[in-house]
Amino acid sequence: MADNNSNAAAYWSANLRLITGCLIVWALVSYGFAILLRPLIAGIEIGGTDLGFWFAQQGSMLTFIAIIFFYGWRMNKLDKQFGLEE
Amino acid sequence: MSQFAINLLFVGASFALYIGIAIWARAGSTKEFYVAGGGVHPITNGMATAADWMSAASFISMAGLLASGGYANSSFLMGWTGGYVILALLLAPYLRKFGKFTVPDFIGDRFYSSTARTVAVICLIIASVTYVIGQMTGAGVAFSRFLEVSNTWGIWIAATIVFLYAVFGGMKGITYTQVAQYVVLIIAYTIPAVFISLQLTGNPIPMFGMFSTHTESGLPLLVKLSEILVELGFQDYAADVSNKLNMVLFTLSLMVGTAGLPHVIIRFFTVPKVADARWSAGWALVFIAILYTTAPAVASMARLNLLTTVYPEAAGQVEDYEQALSNPILYEERPEWVRTWEATGLISFNDQNQDGRIQYYNAANPNFAPIAEERGWAGNELTVNNDILVLANPEIANLPGWVIGLIAAGGIAAALSTAAGLLLAISSAISHDLIKKTINPAITEKGEMLAARISMAGAILLATYLGLNPPGFAAQVVALAFGIAGASLFPVLMMGIFSKRVNSKGAIAGMLAGLISTLLYIFTYLGWFFISGTNMLPNTPDNWLFGISPLSFGAVGAMINFAVAFSVSHATEEPPQEIQDLVESVRFPKGAGAAVDH
Repeated sequence: MADNNSNAAAYWSANLRLITGCLIVWALVSYGFAILLRPLIAGIEIGGTDLGFWFAQQGSMLTFIAIIFFYGWRMNKLDKQFGLEE
Repeated sequence: MSQFAINLLFVGASFALYIGIAIWARAGSTKEFYVAGGGVHPITNGMATAADWMSAASFISMAGLLASGGYANSSFLMGWTGGYVILALLLAPYLRKFGKFTVPDFIGDRFYSSTARTVAVICLIIASVTYVIGQMTGAGVAFSRFLEVSNTWGIWIAATIVFLYAVFGGMKGITYTQVAQYVVLIIAYTIPAVFISLQLTGNPIPMFGMFSTHTESGLPLLVKLSEILVELGFQDYAADVSNKLNMVLFTLSLMVGTAGLPHVIIRFFTVPKVADARWSAGWALVFIAILYTTAPAVASMARLNLLTTVYPEAAGQVEDYEQALSNPILYEERPEWVRTWEATGLISFNDQNQDGRIQYYNAANPNFAPIAEERGWAGNELTVNNDILVLANPEIANLPGWVIGLIAAGGIAAALSTAAGLLLAISSAISHDLIKKTINPAITEKGEMLAARISMAGAILLATYLGLNPPGFAAQVVALAFGIAGASLFPVLMMGIFSKRVNSKGAIAGMLAGLISTLLYIFTYLGWFFISGTNMLPNTPDNWLFGISPLSFGAVGAMINFAVAFSVSHATEEPPQEIQDLVESVRFPKGAGAAVDH
């Protein structure tokens, strides 16, 4: 049981680390590049506009998709690694 | 064949499909009624979620919002998609593992309190009912515009169709109709967009076309667009916003609101496994993003099309804009689509300087007034409703009549699919959480099933009534729905999973604090219960607290909810051991099969 508990605790903290990492990227592309940091990256041109505009209207959404699939893929691996899959 | 006959054919065929599905997918048990038996494939569920999520507003109005606001309205794109990241990482897999039927079900069990359950039911009903009004009116508008029936008839027809598949099929019927509705609406949305992108840029993919070269002028499309806009006194399309705090909070409010909307969350109860819930959120976002990445392209291209329709000489390579803009088209020579939509009142022309030409510019810009005067313009003469951009797209691009028929079917599909999802969330909260879990726990499976069907029928009648007699606040209700879902439901769901310490008192206090603070802030600026004239402060940026608009307050309400719930929980007793074990169990996929058959 003790083994089970520490196994579960390790799984959960690995999950929390993964979530934190994913949410940092999530915030960086939307609140960062698309809004707050937009003036800083304004020099990078893309298709007649600046990179921040592209992130606001396209890039953040594409990144969101990538984050969700990345998280799903990593979690499936974690589930198996800790023997906690269905 | 006349356009009316084509529209009738397309809408009629789509309805026949939905009714066929309703007959095929009848629900035989409460589990089928509430969660489609829990056996929906993650990709199928992703598609159904996308249709569930994309409402009449996404389909018809969003491109118009983006076109009129440019960069500043990007919050809608990021907010309404970024919420799925939160949903996939923080809620969906755990709520699926919990394995029950409704959102209040989790809140009631996790916080071991029927008060918490009831507060959650109330939040759910307010958020969902306000949201469903917009769907019913949206369906009514789509019907009246394309099928030449009155608004009232349109709403009754929509209600009857939803009744057929939602009352008999429950979540099972709704799921498979939503898949069909997704296919209809996405084809309807993308076909005109592809042709417009081809015409303007030669690139068949709108999301790339938007960032490529405008064929006629040889300039990047967005550069060309901004050039003309600025010459007419409008804001540069990509202009930055000054109030970044408000933009951040508005985006965040839409994200947490999206993640907290019950009709979206319950879709993730229908997949077989926890891992499927994770994948399914990703697929949902893929299907949503097909429309959401196309929308900004439609927005910029349609706006450019509108400008060059009015000022044909500004379309190509322009040396001197002064010259190019001096000859707008004669009203008599306006294109056919302008004439068609004038009949609906969505475009109107008022020849202020009596020269027979259409002057379209930003008359509200004081810096531009001297230039306009110099050009002999006496005011803006063309008023264009935002919604027209998507609806008139096929005609602007000279596409055949069947594409217009598709748009009609697509707009109606978007409204019906969202309405059905909301109605299911409302009826399951009533029959399962109020009747089965609170009032009469002894009710039989058969009795609960009947109660679910009666609640569904009641919810449809209520929605129909509200659609026919929309309260004056219909326009602001979206803010309300998102504010409530984000400020009351999302934080307690998240804390219920990620904290073992938050107890029933904390959760109830948090939900009420988030709900009440958000309502107070919205009512202060928009009027008590949206009754105009009862607002205590004018709804202008200088009156907003720290420049935060009432629409952006949901994120602040969510923070208040978190803070109150944590403080109250830490000041009171720990949750009982079995609740802590419950939290532990939802965190791991293992054993989900057993949890389903409760």
